[in-house]
Amino acid sequence: MANMGAAALQLRAELRSRFDVPFEAGKRQEKKQIPTGIPAIDKLTGGGIPRGTLTEICGTESTGRTTVTFALLAQTTRRGECCAWIDTSGAFDPASAVEAGVELDRVLWVNCGGNAQHALKSTDLLIQGGGFGLVVLDMADTPDATARRIPLASWFRLRHAAERTGAALVAVTRQINARSCSELQIEMSAQKPLWIGNLLRGLLTKAMSRKHYRCEAVDFIVGK
Amino acid sequence: MQILFACLHAPGNLPLAVECAHGFSPCIEEDPPDTVVFDVRGLEALYGPPEKLAREIERRIGVPASIAIAANPDAAIHAAHGIPGITVIAPGMEAEALARLPVNLLGAVFPERVSSQTAELLDLWGVRTFGEFAQLPPLGVAARIGDEGVLLQSLARGESHRQLRPIVDPLAFEAELELDDVVESIESLAFIVSRLLNEVCARLAAQSLATNEIHLSLTLERASFKQVPLEHIPDHYVTLKLPVPMLDAKAFLKMLQLDLNARPPAAPVLKVSLRAEPVKPRRTQHGLFVPSSPEPEKLELTVSRLRHLVGEDHVGSPRLRDTHRPDSFYIRGAYTTHSAVAEMPLPVKAPCLCLRRFRPPRAAQVIVVNHQPVRIAAPSIGGRVVMAKGPWRTSGEWWKQNQWDRDEWDVALESGAIYRLFQDARAGGRWFIEGAYD
Repeated sequence: MANMGAAALQLRAELRSRFDVPFEAGKRQEKKQIPTGIPAIDKLTGGGIPRGTLTEICGTESTGRTTVTFALLAQTTRRGECCAWIDTSGAFDPASAVEAGVELDRVLWVNCGGNAQHALKSTDLLIQGGGFGLVVLDMADTPDATARRIPLASWFRLRHAAERTGAALVAVTRQINARSCSELQIEMSAQKPLWIGNLLRGLLTKAMSRKHYRCEAVDFIVGK
Repeated sequence: MQILFACLHAPGNLPLAVECAHGFSPCIEEDPPDTVVFDVRGLEALYGPPEKLAREIERRIGVPASIAIAANPDAAIHAAHGIPGITVIAPGMEAEALARLPVNLLGAVFPERVSSQTAELLDLWGVRTFGEFAQLPPLGVAARIGDEGVLLQSLARGESHRQLRPIVDPLAFEAELELDDVVESIESLAFIVSRLLNEVCARLAAQSLATNEIHLSLTLERASFKQVPLEHIPDHYVTLKLPVPMLDAKAFLKMLQLDLNARPPAAPVLKVSLRAEPVKPRRTQHGLFVPSSPEPEKLELTVSRLRHLVGEDHVGSPRLRDTHRPDSFYIRGAYTTHSAVAEMPLPVKAPCLCLRRFRPPRAAQVIVVNHQPVRIAAPSIGGRVVMAKGPWRTSGEWWKQNQWDRDEWDVALESGAIYRLFQDARAGGRWFIEGAYD
């Protein structure tokens, strides 16, 4: 058996010298990412939101969660990819999306009218079908008690489907719900609104990422 | 294999003649009056020599008819019209076989080919039979009668090389089934619909076609509507409109099932009819560098399921209307995937602050001091206003009933949340929260 192992190692070494192909079995390949177009977030996440897994963007109202997600949606649609926005509470504003640079032609919007179960089922149907570059599950207005009742198995099923189809699955929530099922967690917290004259020009916000048990934080401004 | 054509002339019995011809060949030409010509090549193996085949045709039609078999359709037609009973003309013997037929038969069988002047001229020349016409010098006939004369002389000699002009059935992609017993459950109905769908899809596939519209019609049992007059009892209709041409019977069945589950028929079903609109199938060549998109067939089924789950008008691609009215958009139901060339990503810029809308806007109690909101209270929202900027007046479409006229404010509460607030002049100055900036 030891001889066979040595022979396999020798064979791999010879093949590696001839072909530029990794032969190490079980080595996990680095996931591709979709940049958000927000330099602070892209730097924080090491290049953007990863494809083929579940990412959570959470925070309370007026912390910039939707703005960051719209920026990600704009980047994805501008690349020609199809996206789906599963809207639990029907809060999606097409005018804001267009202003953020989203191409609405490539967005499939599912308005679940406040029903979280329908939102989860819709996400499952869409992500299992494949072909979408980005699937957003917007549960930003779902009460904490309802969101906490979603079993981990449901999140795991969604993440597994994202891994299989290669779509970036982003859940926008009030607090972290998927826990270990999400590979990247971005927690947003508002610092203060920025007023210029009589206009609301933006929001100074703080984003903290949790990835592989490492935490990093960055302050940035959303708004013009 | 020798090419042979059979002509069946049955005065007054054309439908019978057509039906009989269909029993021998799918390639049938119908020629007035009361004549059909069909291709009988290769039937020797089944019926023996042409004489036996002619007797078999005579036996099957069952009514008095003239039958002729020849190597070309025109010779067979002339023989069937001019010679009663059965006539079999060996190849190359057409001129001899037709020689005794009266020359006016040319005009009687094909009136469009023989002008009245030509018929008169032949009569003046004393030409009475096909044989006499065939013996005239061809150059002389061409010089005196022209192309028409040349054509007629070749017909009189039994020389023709034309193809049959077969009857083509109009393409109908329909199927229906009348039931002996009524069907009450959707599951049982699905089996019947599946059978009809397979039948129609097979017909479409045979013609290399697909469909983008399917109509299902269910005739309901009249006895179930005791209080309603018979003429007012409606059939149950289901129409599937697809954004792309498809030919997937299983997907169609699932979509019809979803629709029937959402809107079940009001009574047991007596008859099921299905019709598909034929269209050319979708052919696309994807580029190597174009991002992948959902398969249209699979996506359509998924969207149907989503519509069944969340409602018909809650799924689709949003489109902004060309107006300044707040929150004015519509949903384009038929979502299609795009295969456009990938564009460059957006240049890096500061993202604009987005709004999360409350639909409908939440009614709020607002305390105003010095024309500024200082405190708001609404369901699950409330608190002291720490910053308020406004008012921004917006109005429009004053010539319509549903005009809008309001003053908007951006307000930040002490909780840190920022909302868009508006006072609606059309609603008696009531306050509403339109959404939250996020």
